[in-house]
Amino acid sequence: MKRLARHALFWPTLTLLLLILVSAIFHPGFLAISWQNGHLFGNLIDILNRAAPLIVVSLGMTLVIAVRGLDISVGAVMAIAAVVAALMVGGSFSADGEVVSEHPLWLSLACALAVATACGLWNGLLVVKAGMQPIIATLILMVAGRGIAQLLTGGQIITVYYPPFFTLGNGHWAGLPAALWVAALLWLALQLLLSRTALGLFIRAIGGNPEAARVAGVRAGALTLCVYTFCGLAAGLAGLIVSSNVKSADANSAGQLLELDAILAVTLGGTALTGGRFTLAGSVLGALIIQTLTSMIYSLGVPPEVNLVVKAVLVFLVMLLQSPDFRALLAGLTRRGNTAR
Amino acid sequence: MNDGAIVLQARDISRAFPGVQALNGVGLTLRAGEVHALMGQNGAGKSTLIKVLTGVYAPDAGSIELLDRSGERRAVSPQSPLHAQELGISAVHQESHLLPNLSVAENICAGRYPRRPWTRGGGIDWRETNRRARELLAGLGIDLDVTRLAGGLPAAVQQLAAVARAVAGDARVLILDEPTSSLDAEEVRALFALLRRLREQGVAILFVTHFLDQVYEICDRITVLRNGGFVGEYACAKLDARGLVAAMVGRELVDSPPAPHTPASESAPPVLAARNLSRRGQLQPVDLEIKPGEILGLAGLLGSGRTELARLLFALDPRDSGEIRVGGQIADPADPSDALRLGLGFCPEDRKHSGIVAELSVRENIALALQARMGLGRFLRPAAQRELAEKLVAALGIKTASIDTPIGQLSGGNQQKAIIARWLATQPRVLILDEPTRGIDVAAKQELMNEILALANSGTAVVFISAEIEEVVRVADRILVMRDRAKAGELPRGAGEDAVFAMIAGGQ
Amino acid sequence: MNRRLLPLSITVLLFLGMAAFGALRYPGFLSPQVFLNLLIDNAFLCVVAVGMTFVILSGGIDLSVGAVVALTTMLSAALLNAGWNPWAAMATVLVLGAAFGAFQGLLIQRFGLAPFIVTLAGMFFARGCCYLISTESIPIGNATYTAIAQARIPVGFGGSLTVGAVIAVAVVLVAMRVAHSTEFGRTVYAIGGGESSARLMGLAVGRTRIAVYLLSGLAAALGGIVMTFYMLSGYALHAVGLELDAIAAVVIGGTLLAGGVGYVAGTLFGVLILGIIQTLIAFDGTLSTWWTRIVVGALLLLFCLLQRLFEARSRKAA
Repeated sequence: MKRLARHALFWPTLTLLLLILVSAIFHPGFLAISWQNGHLFGNLIDILNRAAPLIVVSLGMTLVIAVRGLDISVGAVMAIAAVVAALMVGGSFSADGEVVSEHPLWLSLACALAVATACGLWNGLLVVKAGMQPIIATLILMVAGRGIAQLLTGGQIITVYYPPFFTLGNGHWAGLPAALWVAALLWLALQLLLSRTALGLFIRAIGGNPEAARVAGVRAGALTLCVYTFCGLAAGLAGLIVSSNVKSADANSAGQLLELDAILAVTLGGTALTGGRFTLAGSVLGALIIQTLTSMIYSLGVPPEVNLVVKAVLVFLVMLLQSPDFRALLAGLTRRGNTAR
Repeated sequence: MNDGAIVLQARDISRAFPGVQALNGVGLTLRAGEVHALMGQNGAGKSTLIKVLTGVYAPDAGSIELLDRSGERRAVSPQSPLHAQELGISAVHQESHLLPNLSVAENICAGRYPRRPWTRGGGIDWRETNRRARELLAGLGIDLDVTRLAGGLPAAVQQLAAVARAVAGDARVLILDEPTSSLDAEEVRALFALLRRLREQGVAILFVTHFLDQVYEICDRITVLRNGGFVGEYACAKLDARGLVAAMVGRELVDSPPAPHTPASESAPPVLAARNLSRRGQLQPVDLEIKPGEILGLAGLLGSGRTELARLLFALDPRDSGEIRVGGQIADPADPSDALRLGLGFCPEDRKHSGIVAELSVRENIALALQARMGLGRFLRPAAQRELAEKLVAALGIKTASIDTPIGQLSGGNQQKAIIARWLATQPRVLILDEPTRGIDVAAKQELMNEILALANSGTAVVFISAEIEEVVRVADRILVMRDRAKAGELPRGAGEDAVFAMIAGGQ
Repeated sequence: MNRRLLPLSITVLLFLGMAAFGALRYPGFLSPQVFLNLLIDNAFLCVVAVGMTFVILSGGIDLSVGAVVALTTMLSAALLNAGWNPWAAMATVLVLGAAFGAFQGLLIQRFGLAPFIVTLAGMFFARGCCYLISTESIPIGNATYTAIAQARIPVGFGGSLTVGAVIAVAVVLVAMRVAHSTEFGRTVYAIGGGESSARLMGLAVGRTRIAVYLLSGLAAALGGIVMTFYMLSGYALHAVGLELDAIAAVVIGGTLLAGGVGYVAGTLFGVLILGIIQTLIAFDGTLSTWWTRIVVGALLLLFCLLQRLFEARSRKAA
């Protein structure tokens, strides 16, 4: 049992199971899954579906945090991607009453993702080439990005009428939600990349000791740039899922506060903010925990506002537990000069 | 009080950090009206001892007794630098540069600002602050605009301002950690004049430096530390320079004869040649060349520029001038990954900071440089990493519970071997080893030295930096002696330790 | 000219440049009230940004200030509607703001937690507490508050200031004094200049750091009170994004994000610049207000890059 407890994913998994259990106790039928309208249906499926955008963003954020960075612009990038796609798809009625899109769907989606990737690259350049602190470098895009998105939409919410656009956020493949497939495939692709190439090793080396990694000949700068670029791409993908789900692009509220949720998901999953060792599975679990928490609060009849306070307390607790000074305090030792400060 | 009474007595001070015993039963006796030198190599424990005396670290064991103003000897336990200053212990630390964003006057008076009376508005009296600072600096023979930001000043002036600050506090014990490292002769004279004045007033002065001539010029007694332990306390008059260097670097008894070493072929062209290599403020222009299979020793004391030279060779730091040729071809490595591709390797001096990635396993640490050279795509799967690592672990005798243990859990010696294994895996043409045997026990040291010899025998050129002159003399084919960030000279194989000491201790 | 004043001069010149641009382009721009309105409309931002200045000078950051402002408005409204004496209500929220800030400072100092994450969680927490009080906006009908909100103090040239604006100016003046002439202020600069050096010099680094966050919380609460006068309501969605505006004002005002360099006066001008951007856009009438976000982002980028250049240049010189 002790060996099981020491496994990295033990606490996140336990937390998730506990939350599901509490929800099931208070809400009979919470665990029920049925087959309706040609796909699986139930609270659990709902949680998985709603968590998909957060999972995608958290995957990108995990790698950025692993190299000792941070990206708080992901919400703004989501909004930009959603807006670009919605504008390009448009949707007008053709002669025979069908809705046609302004540009081919694949092109619109590709452009949206390209713009999002460019945003990630921008962040990476500021951090690696200009040497700016990650918080501030990404703060700039966070501030200006929403402005750009709102400029493109003229402050309006862009509604999309073209049905194929809705598949990503509302469709089902083989009974499971499409968004979930996208998140799962992205996760799988990353895991393959990490296990088949030296990427995982290099990221852990850079995050664990950037100077040592550099001395060992690892191209830290180029890799960090790639990581930020990927984070932008992930944010773009999440933006597409969200806007497809609500069938519109809202430059103001798309992805609002999502960056904070993503950071929380990553830390809950066990990746330390100080960088180095990371776990994608942990971040996925963290995202699921957050979504389950939201659902549980909703189903308990507790006002959803409580969500924020609970998340805050969770972050405080996780941070404290990750702090060596706090752990030393708990263990009853304090010796001056333990941590270099 | 100028009677040589013991002002500070430290006994049996020990302090450990995770993985290293920095101080082990060290004692120190400081007397009123005396300048006492604290000497030892890098890692000897001098800075740690000073930090214990000034309250930055709490000792694990040991006691400190201070003679207070009424003549009573009391046990004290400084809780912080502020507390130490209140007790009368003042220090100019090695890394405490001044605060670059504040003025010189502020740096000198910070924490003890003169105040304007409430009737005149309260707050800090800047005019008085500036006046006091000017006065203190004048005592050191410096005349400058004290309202200037400290950051823009030359290092020498900053250092003297730091001394002025320490002196201003009416201290009983004054600790100066490498105060002269950026001063010219004139400034050193002024500083020493101040120290003599303080000595007359009965202050006990602890003086850390690596300049031997300065020790003999100003100090009365010397305490020598080595590898965290106390070697001895000597009167300056009774210990000459060579004896002092010998005490600092130690004479290790050799248990077994060294492995045979085939000297490099005389006619072979150099595998690495550097001309005019320099970096402003770090290294004066140096020429160096090394042949395949040759062991080039770099000898010199702390601060002589050996590590700086190594870092420039490996492109860890950008060079201001100089040409590097590898295998006869001009090369321009811009960063370590270029140097790696050229066939160079580098084991840094501070393995904790620039060597190991503590959370990664032994296997991954060993495979890291080879993987970096192979790039992202051609991945050494864990199985291949394991095979590589196991072979090297066996060859070097690395003691580890398993190949997957986080390297941070290994002892210093085994960590060092693992880093060397990392570079061996890349089969380098030239391997630079910066203090590979530091902080390692005698047995492991022996094994490492044999490894280095075997490496050279197989055709790799080795640049071997060590503060233990005896080691360098034993294995090197040639010795390049460094002093004060410049090349002092070269010695051939067979030159004894005395010759090296002589070249280091001061040129005639 | 003293090299230290260069960043501040750039900021002031930028402000004057924008004012000149506005004067040339739009008739009626140069009226005194237009400029006084800069202070009136941004009084709460000014107070919060002054608190943020101290935090950034010490090398830290405080993301919770916007949420604390909103929470202050909510608490004030709730207390007033429950019949509390207005002055007691004000005193209470100030104390709570200071306590909240001190708590964050304690976590940062004692346990070595990153300021970014601690204050981020603090932001979550405070916003959440807002929603716990009410999800709707709570109007404030208290007579004292209304009187203060409507009061106008004539300052000559036919213009007038609100009480909030006067508070903002007073805060700036007091902060300038604290930063320049008190031990606390100088220690803040020292920590920003080099924490380990400051500690080795024997300066009270730990206490000062906690005090800095306490001050920021207090400034946020005071800013919340000023906002209450301005809006006469408590609402959980007040001051969303205010922390970013405050950081932008501080950076544009010439304070280095790395800490140790900067002036409170610069922050005042940073706030004025943010205000004048919005005024220019309002006068233009054709540009949408989103341009404000973009221009602020661009200015932030420009100043950050300039700061990097400045740092690189001075490192080479040393």
